[in-house]
Amino acid sequence: MKFRIWFAALALFVVASLAAIAQDMPRFLWKNFTVADGLPDNHVFCVLVDGNRIWAGTENGLGLYENGEWKILRPVGPEQPGSEQQGIAHQAVLALALDKRTGDVWAGTMGGLSHVSAGRIDNFTQLNSGLSNNIVYGVGVQGDFVWTATAAGASRLNTRTGQWSLFNNRNTPMYEIWTYSVSPAADKVYYAVWGGGVLEYDQQTEHWKDYNDPDGENEMVVMKDQGLIHEITTSVSYVDKILWVATYFGASRYDGRYWHNFLQKDSGLPSNFLNQVKGIDGTHAWFSTDQGLAYYDGTNWAVYRPALDTHKPEMLVRDASGVVKTISVQSAPAHNYILGVDFQGDDIWVATAKGLSHGIRQKNSVAMAKVISRETPKGKK
Amino acid sequence: MPVRAISSTSFRQMVNVAAIFAVALLAVAAKPAPQQSTSIPKERYLSPIEMVSSQDGRLLYVVCQDSDEVRVVEVQSSKVISSISVGRVPRGIALSPDGRQLYVTNAWSDTVSVIDTTALQVVQTLPTGPEPSGVVVDRDGTSLYVANRLSGDVSVIDLKSGQETKRLLAGRGASYLALSPDGKWIYCTHIYPNAGAFRTQPNSEITVLDTDRQTVVARKSLHNVAGVFHVAMSADGRLGVAAQLRPKNLIPLAHVEHGWAFGDSLTLFGDDVGGTVQVPIDELDRYYALPWGVAIAPDKSKIFLTTAGSQSVTVIDVAQLLKTVRTRRQPFVNDLSASADYVVARIPVGHNPRGVLFSPDGRRLYIANRLDDNIAVIDTATDKVVSTIDLGGPKNVDALRRGERLFYTADFAFQGQFGCANCHLDATIDGLQWDLEPDGFGKDIVDNRSLENLAGTEPFKWNGGNADMPTECGPRTEKFFFRSQSFNQQQLTDLVTFVFSLPYRPNRSRLPNGELTPAQERGKAIFERTKSKSGKPIPEANQCAYCHSGPKYTNQQQVDVGTGKPTDRSPVIDVPQLPNVAYSAPYLHDGSARSLEEIWTVFNPKDTHGVSNDLTKDELNDLIEYLKTL
Repeated sequence: MKFRIWFAALALFVVASLAAIAQDMPRFLWKNFTVADGLPDNHVFCVLVDGNRIWAGTENGLGLYENGEWKILRPVGPEQPGSEQQGIAHQAVLALALDKRTGDVWAGTMGGLSHVSAGRIDNFTQLNSGLSNNIVYGVGVQGDFVWTATAAGASRLNTRTGQWSLFNNRNTPMYEIWTYSVSPAADKVYYAVWGGGVLEYDQQTEHWKDYNDPDGENEMVVMKDQGLIHEITTSVSYVDKILWVATYFGASRYDGRYWHNFLQKDSGLPSNFLNQVKGIDGTHAWFSTDQGLAYYDGTNWAVYRPALDTHKPEMLVRDASGVVKTISVQSAPAHNYILGVDFQGDDIWVATAKGLSHGIRQKNSVAMAKVISRETPKGKK
Repeated sequence: MPVRAISSTSFRQMVNVAAIFAVALLAVAAKPAPQQSTSIPKERYLSPIEMVSSQDGRLLYVVCQDSDEVRVVEVQSSKVISSISVGRVPRGIALSPDGRQLYVTNAWSDTVSVIDTTALQVVQTLPTGPEPSGVVVDRDGTSLYVANRLSGDVSVIDLKSGQETKRLLAGRGASYLALSPDGKWIYCTHIYPNAGAFRTQPNSEITVLDTDRQTVVARKSLHNVAGVFHVAMSADGRLGVAAQLRPKNLIPLAHVEHGWAFGDSLTLFGDDVGGTVQVPIDELDRYYALPWGVAIAPDKSKIFLTTAGSQSVTVIDVAQLLKTVRTRRQPFVNDLSASADYVVARIPVGHNPRGVLFSPDGRRLYIANRLDDNIAVIDTATDKVVSTIDLGGPKNVDALRRGERLFYTADFAFQGQFGCANCHLDATIDGLQWDLEPDGFGKDIVDNRSLENLAGTEPFKWNGGNADMPTECGPRTEKFFFRSQSFNQQQLTDLVTFVFSLPYRPNRSRLPNGELTPAQERGKAIFERTKSKSGKPIPEANQCAYCHSGPKYTNQQQVDVGTGKPTDRSPVIDVPQLPNVAYSAPYLHDGSARSLEEIWTVFNPKDTHGVSNDLTKDELNDLIEYLKTL
């Protein structure tokens, strides 16, 4: 009898713990946008939130969602010379950044950098400006400087003087010049260099430092947490003096002294193939992978996606011990191939390969947090 | 043999004698000596350009551009009671909401002087962007907004800290600002058109700033407009008006007599009209050039507009204007018969009238006659000048001032259509490309060139066809541009003297200590190199520093550098001077290069305009950083 009481109490504790974890992890009602809703294209590379305005960079235009309607910006063709309508540099919009002071948006495209300011568009290209290359994978704004990650190194535009400064293999430790992402802050600027690890720029000393495979023999770290997980980096996010890095072979977190790496096999990442990481703070981060959107709260993980097999909405939660449970959900992001996220208060906007998704945060999740299955990692009971 | 020292007094006397002799020579030969006329004794004129009134209307604070000061006028006695020195070339002025501070922009110092209106002295100097012009204070007196002409943006300055917190993108040549009566919006205009595709109609904007968010929230598009000046709002906030030019630069200027070259006009905006509406102020056979200062009567009965090239003020009946806007088929901005519906008076005033200001009771209107050093006072009921306030400038009208008056007036052009200053706005450029010559449609398209420090850069014209300035300003202007009466010999000499007197604007890319940044140093080495990166010698004639040599970076020769276009009669181009080249985009003789970069990335495929194709992008950027310092 005592044993049964003890067992029942333990079971109750486990279920309550699981429910509590599930309850703590954010839950969303997903509303998805496609071309049928006015989105410029279903292939969404990036998303940017500016208050009630949502910018979506797609393969075929820059979309602005405002007051329930989409407006589309594309290049102005030669058939419209002298048109008052202004176009962006190229229809494929790869990156977006907001200048929070002015409300201006900077868009990195496959044909240059576009500055969108209250309806006016100025385009900077490698021909008409000091921009290092027209393929702009990443863009970020810090103070008066606009930093870009391009296919031929990094560029920095001083918006006050108009001066362009280029950073590449000639003046930095950048041995690959295919820069993929940039995250500027007041003290440091970080670049994800595809095949070249991470570059760090110290704003005060103006010195560059690189982070690569620590032993220099492989592209990836051999000893766990010895250094950056892999040199094929795709995204950096620097927040609260913590650097988050996404690669095609896992993710890393760096606090200035210690690295911590995340792999699918030892974390809640649904895949090691990451397109983007976005840190909320030093502890919380969102990961855009090819197999779903992942959230990490410092201990537990959540994954949001259409199930890879059934394509039905799916939410997975993994606790610190590695126990994974499936939460009953009614909706999911538009596709499991996630390219980027941004935040609107408690809500999240997600760029996917098949549409743009708006995750509307659900507050009353207690009744809804229904655990429908549980998986225990191998070796654990 | 010992060298005898020359005393400073003797030296000045020698300079004066030499200068007088030089002026005399000019009068005879109409060929000014090829040096800057800074050595010619120059009267220190005042050149009033903008005004504000004290809250009680007792005092006028007048910005005097050439004397670098604010003159304070007691209205009742018409006496100047104080002169306050400010920075270089002051251009704009605003009064704080409590009336205790004046803010004066110093265009050549890149600062704002804060003047205590009780002590009548400068108490603080605030940094701004390059060439600050218009200025307004928000309604609670906490933020200052300054339009920066060279950077085309608006500085937002926190008045508590005195720090510039951000810059907001406005139009190219951002210059004038107006605060809406409710304090929610600021409207900004700009004097150069925004960048556009080559040989397309120019476009400008009225930039709308939200004072609460301190961001740009809208841009009112002004199609086919280049050169927008003052902007004003009615007291009820329902009608806005901006003074502007509509250039016809896409067709040959040879046809001045067949139609206008510039449309002098206004853009109306606000709830009274909805959207934006452009309206003409010219008449079918008479033009009112360079509409510049504008003000709306407190009761919204009239609009008063200074036409800086026509020495007059145009008076518009607002009710009739709005009736016309509502009843006429739009657009009618090119229908010059329309102005008869709403223009009720043209009031003759002084030379180059600029700033316009109502007295607080609206019964008087003050006009800054910039080239007369006085203020015309207009009775707004009778539309007559009732008095003139002398600001105390020099009484002698010297050659420079006479020349400047000629430069700004449109009196010499057919039907008063335009003057030199229509294209050389404030003696600079207009950012446009013109089809000037009577050589057939679309031939020899030319970009407007800077007039700064021209002596020693002869010959003139892009093909070097005019050997000297008198030829450039004389027969060419008279025959090809103005289609009207000629300058007489004295006038031509005066005009040339003035043009040669125009100095360089301060160069903002140079470090204060005169040294070059590392990027500029690297660029200088590229500019001066004699070998390509492969070690191959660069032919002398293809080295940057060969053609762009001498103190003004021109060898004054005409060469074919491969930039000629099929529309050019000859590919041979006069080597342009380079100082302050950063301020005069677009580039090349026809303005086809929208930026310095495009000179080489687009228009130098065969390395005929210097060897540039071996340069990396970094190196080209360095070269451009160096060019900006010249």
